[in-house]
Amino acid sequence: MAGNRKIAVLSGKGGTGKTLISVNLAAVAGKSRYIDCDVEEPNGHLFLKPFPLSEETVAVRIPVLEEARCVGCRKCADFCRFNALAFLKGKPVLFEEVCHSCGGCVLLCPAKAFSERGKEIGRIQRGPSGSVSVTTGILNPGEASGVPIIRKLLEDAAGEESLPVFIDCPPGSACTVMESIKDADYCILVAEPSVFGAHNLAMVHRLVKLFHKPYGVVLNKCMPGENPSAAYCLENEIPVLGTIPYDKELGLLNSEGSIASRENSRYESLFSDLLRTVYLEVSNEAASDS
Amino acid sequence: MKIAIPVDENKPSTGVCVSFGRAPYFMIFDTVSGENVFMDNSAAASQGGAGIKAAQFIVDAGAEVLLTPRCGENAAQVLSAAGVRMYKTTAGSASDNVAAFRAGNLQPLLETHPGFHGHGR
Repeated sequence: MAGNRKIAVLSGKGGTGKTLISVNLAAVAGKSRYIDCDVEEPNGHLFLKPFPLSEETVAVRIPVLEEARCVGCRKCADFCRFNALAFLKGKPVLFEEVCHSCGGCVLLCPAKAFSERGKEIGRIQRGPSGSVSVTTGILNPGEASGVPIIRKLLEDAAGEESLPVFIDCPPGSACTVMESIKDADYCILVAEPSVFGAHNLAMVHRLVKLFHKPYGVVLNKCMPGENPSAAYCLENEIPVLGTIPYDKELGLLNSEGSIASRENSRYESLFSDLLRTVYLEVSNEAASDS
Repeated sequence: MKIAIPVDENKPSTGVCVSFGRAPYFMIFDTVSGENVFMDNSAAASQGGAGIKAAQFIVDAGAEVLLTPRCGENAAQVLSAAGVRMYKTTAGSASDNVAAFRAGNLQPLLETHPGFHGHGR
């Protein structure tokens, strides 16, 4: 099928099965790309075990003040909308971890008192796992925002439209998730069968609507009895792409860091069916757009 | 001398606000005139760096003393660099705390907490 298969997997809370679904979809997709955007706790590599790994560091630009040039006009501190610059005793004082690297102070300074330096905030690792190219973003502990790393990670997927791409998103619906789904062609929302699960599903549902992304839901950990997330899908006319049972064997394989679809033909067909459904939805969306 | 306090309401009977950076108002008491001035805290709605901006506001207002229940580390850094002394508030209204401070009954605020950085942690 034609390109446009950047598929983001997200959920309103952690532990719903984003990584389970994205690594297994990548594994059954043949030649594909898996990108772990959950940079605060990337774990897809524990399953896919890419080897050999190459690594690059990610840095952001931080302003550096040359005090002798500063004329104390305060324009930089007044301009900074992130409040990263205080103005004390006639000079700006930078709070690095609050700085968003916008470069505004550097541009604005009439005395050209600012230069910039690189500040390392994390790393990107790349390596193959069978037919899957694995890219993992790792944010250094203590850093405030993983957005610059996610932006860099997704450059890998830009322009390579022939390969299906599976984007494993951070949990929740904040900045890092928005950055992760920004260029996605389709969003898979993973939901648990509980009231809390349905609440978190509603959060990401609002997010993908806000971004005008086509989407569908995978109901994970399904058990007999009521499923508030399924009820939410029914109420809101959200397509359910597939259901994954609350299954001891699947849990066991997953807990051992195995990729279920590579170990067991039952799960191989479960995730292959899910992938087919997702591709069908993606191509329907592409057709209805044109 | 000016004494600043983060407060919930813009009237003298107000309680002390539990947050410094995101307090809706600051009450500034002037020991010379004996008058209270209430000012909107423009940092309250900041996406990030509210503590830094609020501390800057206190510095710019010319306060020498801040009475607050707690203070983030960035704000504390701004305040101490500017020579603003910090004291820990106790139970009672903002005015009660001003009186307690003037009577020498408030302790210096020694502990600061790490920033929340929009995560609410």
